[in-house]
Amino acid sequence: MVTIQDNCIIKVRNVDFYYGKFRALTDISMDFEKNRVTALIGPSGCGKSTLLRLLNRMNDLIDGSRVEGEVVFEGKNIYDQDIDPVEIRRRIGMVFQKPNPFPKSIFNNITYGPRLVGVRKKSDLEALVEQSLRQASLWDEAKDILGQSAMMLSGGQQQRVCIARALAMKPDVLLMDEPTSALDPISTAKIEELIEDLKKRYTIIIVTHNMQQAARISNYTGFFYLGKLIEYNPTEKIFTTPDVRQTEDYITGRFG
Amino acid sequence: MKWRYIKQNLFFGAVRLSALTITTAVVAILFYIFVNGISVISWDFLTLPPRDAMTKGGIMPAILGTVYLTSGAIIIALPLGVISAIYLNEYAKQGLVVRIIRVGVNCLAGVPSIVFGLFGLGLFVVFLQFGSCILSGALTLGFLILPTIIGASEEALKAVPQTFREASLALGVAKWQTIYRIVLPNALPGIMTGSILGIGRAAGETAPIMFTAAAFYTSKLPASIFDEVMALPYHIYVLATAGTHIEETRPIQYGTALMLVALVLGIDLIAIIIRSYIRRNRRW
Repeated sequence: MVTIQDNCIIKVRNVDFYYGKFRALTDISMDFEKNRVTALIGPSGCGKSTLLRLLNRMNDLIDGSRVEGEVVFEGKNIYDQDIDPVEIRRRIGMVFQKPNPFPKSIFNNITYGPRLVGVRKKSDLEALVEQSLRQASLWDEAKDILGQSAMMLSGGQQQRVCIARALAMKPDVLLMDEPTSALDPISTAKIEELIEDLKKRYTIIIVTHNMQQAARISNYTGFFYLGKLIEYNPTEKIFTTPDVRQTEDYITGRFG
Repeated sequence: MKWRYIKQNLFFGAVRLSALTITTAVVAILFYIFVNGISVISWDFLTLPPRDAMTKGGIMPAILGTVYLTSGAIIIALPLGVISAIYLNEYAKQGLVVRIIRVGVNCLAGVPSIVFGLFGLGLFVVFLQFGSCILSGALTLGFLILPTIIGASEEALKAVPQTFREASLALGVAKWQTIYRIVLPNALPGIMTGSILGIGRAAGETAPIMFTAAAFYTSKLPASIFDEVMALPYHIYVLATAGTHIEETRPIQYGTALMLVALVLGIDLIAIIIRSYIRRNRRW
């Protein structure tokens, strides 16, 4: 198992998660290293997406869900009473499986969040849009059509709008929930390149069903099965000499 | 021809026939009112008050009264209804309490309009001492159309994809801002549909305003919301049942009915145009 000493941005400690009576996660403890890509893999229903959504309190939205244990972000448990989940989500952004731009122009999609936290000046907003779109490597394609509805773009472009929108809030961490599973191979390759680039500035935690993707882009990989973290190791080790038999079976396609 | 094609044709035939029946009924009613009513429609009819014991003259006070009452009802019911729907759909924990509220709303929709009239009489006219006036009538009509607006608004809110809410919340936008900036604008066309239905209902009802707002006859126009008004549906009712010149005033009755229908359709048309304009900018 990986324990990250100095460069750890999020520490998950003994987390159990329940949907009503159903225990979706059992005793998860893992550290996420800053400015690295960590991939969460495992078969459907293994709890990897649940864990991802715990990290920015998106699971709060589900009626009857319950968390035990701690998720420590910058020295504070984000499930403490005095923590505002809205503030957490500003620091820990999220990109979803299906591209979900708002039915607004590209420009307004990206400025939606920043405007609500007080960025008003037009020049500031314009600079922010350019910066975010450049980071999401969409600027060249989108710079002339910023006023057009984001719904008119292709799936891959929409997903990059969503990434730009998340980046515009200047988060520290970017959570990605199977961000390429609804995209074609070329768009997928673009997003993967993008992730490579983004990890210089952001910490990225990505859930993926695609093991090649995890192997290509991540520094660390956690393998989940039936709500438990089976193995958490540097990606190279997981994909060459995993410690646990179950991991090897899954990676080599013997079950899953 | 194979049996399943016959079955299909029979089924499609039945579907078409139902659609045709409904359309025919609507067209027939509108045509009948139009043919019988158009003869009395003139500039004077629309702009003058009635005279000679309401056998001559126009219906201007009634048109104005209906416009006031209907706008009042919408002004009262729309915010109340939309806010209730937001509570039920976005905030309330789904459970027994919400189920009871929903049942309550549905029951309210089934209450006969005369009961609303008596409720308005008891509460607004007598107990709160507003008297028979625009305010009492608009409040009563507002409560009458509340279930329609709550129902339509709830449907509209449900139709906004959950992914929009998630996307907004994940950006660190507070829940109320998400509702105000993302959910409501996207639900607006559906909410407007509810309002259109509500407007039609409020403008056409007689029973709720009979005791709460409508005057048999008044030549003076209302100066405040505490004045009585004439109203188109009540005017038709009065002329057709309570006057001493029922037969002679038939054309005026039809003319008034035509005006009422035209007014409601006109308001609907405006709302539909606004709605389609909003929809054009919002696709998902």
